[in-house]
Amino acid sequence: MNAPFYKFDMFGDEFSLIVAFIIGIGFGFFLERAGFGSGRKLAAQFYFTDMSVLKVMFSAIVTAMLGVFYLSWIGFMDLSLVYLTPTYLAPQIVGGLLLGFGFVIGGYCPGTSAVACSTGRIDAMVYFLGIFGGIFVFGFVFPFVKDFYYSTPMGKITLPQWFNIPYGVLVFAVVVMAVGAFAAAEWGEKKMARKQAEL
Amino acid sequence: MSVALDEINHEAEHTHMKPQPYWNPYLSGIGLGMVLLLSYVIMGRGLGASGAMTTTAAVAVNAVAPAYAQSNEFYSEYLGDGTKSPFKDWLVFEVIGVIVGGFLSGALAGRIKMSVEKGPRVSVKYRLIFAFAGGMLMGIGAKLARGCTSGQALTGGAVLNVGSWVFMIMVFAGAYALAYFLRRQWT
Repeated sequence: MNAPFYKFDMFGDEFSLIVAFIIGIGFGFFLERAGFGSGRKLAAQFYFTDMSVLKVMFSAIVTAMLGVFYLSWIGFMDLSLVYLTPTYLAPQIVGGLLLGFGFVIGGYCPGTSAVACSTGRIDAMVYFLGIFGGIFVFGFVFPFVKDFYYSTPMGKITLPQWFNIPYGVLVFAVVVMAVGAFAAAEWGEKKMARKQAEL
Repeated sequence: MSVALDEINHEAEHTHMKPQPYWNPYLSGIGLGMVLLLSYVIMGRGLGASGAMTTTAAVAVNAVAPAYAQSNEFYSEYLGDGTKSPFKDWLVFEVIGVIVGGFLSGALAGRIKMSVEKGPRVSVKYRLIFAFAGGMLMGIGAKLARGCTSGQALTGGAVLNVGSWVFMIMVFAGAYALAYFLRRQWT
């Protein structure tokens, strides 16, 4: 058992920042490769004409999920040392909805807007400024929404713990669900392409 | 301003090399997943984006109104205890990497182009107003949800975090719910 390396003090904070930069390069590279520097391509997800957002997101989740699962199963990685953001159900439901609104109105999410900015998208630069505007608004009203922000706490909890079923079973269920979603996405895209060809 | 931007769009289409097609989405997704896995294995944490922007916002507020920033619980958390620069932060360095990585990929594929992403039916000005409004909603939502598509949906999704999955479902629900009303902007 020797991963996560950082948690086993294999290197210090200074080096972790270099790791952050390199991992960020990989993240940005693949986002751009997928076409996520384009707001139109991202928004097309919500009109069923190009389901790349779903395909990329779920293949990434499945890849990382299976990797984490197998690496901890063979004893290489201690899953309990991987950081979990604590769940606060109500604010995360409302936050998710607002984020979804922002996605289809603005055309990006924060990560994809960074990539779109660096490839010259002017709307993404304006969007990026908008995010700061939103953060300032949130900071300003924070004293008033603080109670809601900390409401419905569930702690650091995973789906297997919540449903009380084995981790491997849930991993399998997510894979099945993802494959089903991919098939539906391919079918939906073809159907929309036919519909648009008829117009 | 909008006239000038339309000219930029027009010119870019003629002077730049033909951009290469995007990669297969499943292939890009697997690449993204491998980067995320690597982050778990090396660091014990996933990816993020909005956190770095919050650090920048907190530093900006602190520069203008230090007393207000330090008394505000939301900002003070991102400013730290003052023993080191708030910018010496994992997410800040990661997001600088995202910008560099995106530029590299775009440059290699001939996709660097000053342009505005929009459907043919709306003006540049209309699009930019919506971009700003969408960014604001995103900023508020990401702070309320304790993360965005990167830090919550992707990162928490892969380790089966309850809040992340609920959040992800709500993002899609919210976007699909409004899509009809915004069709002029995109289609």
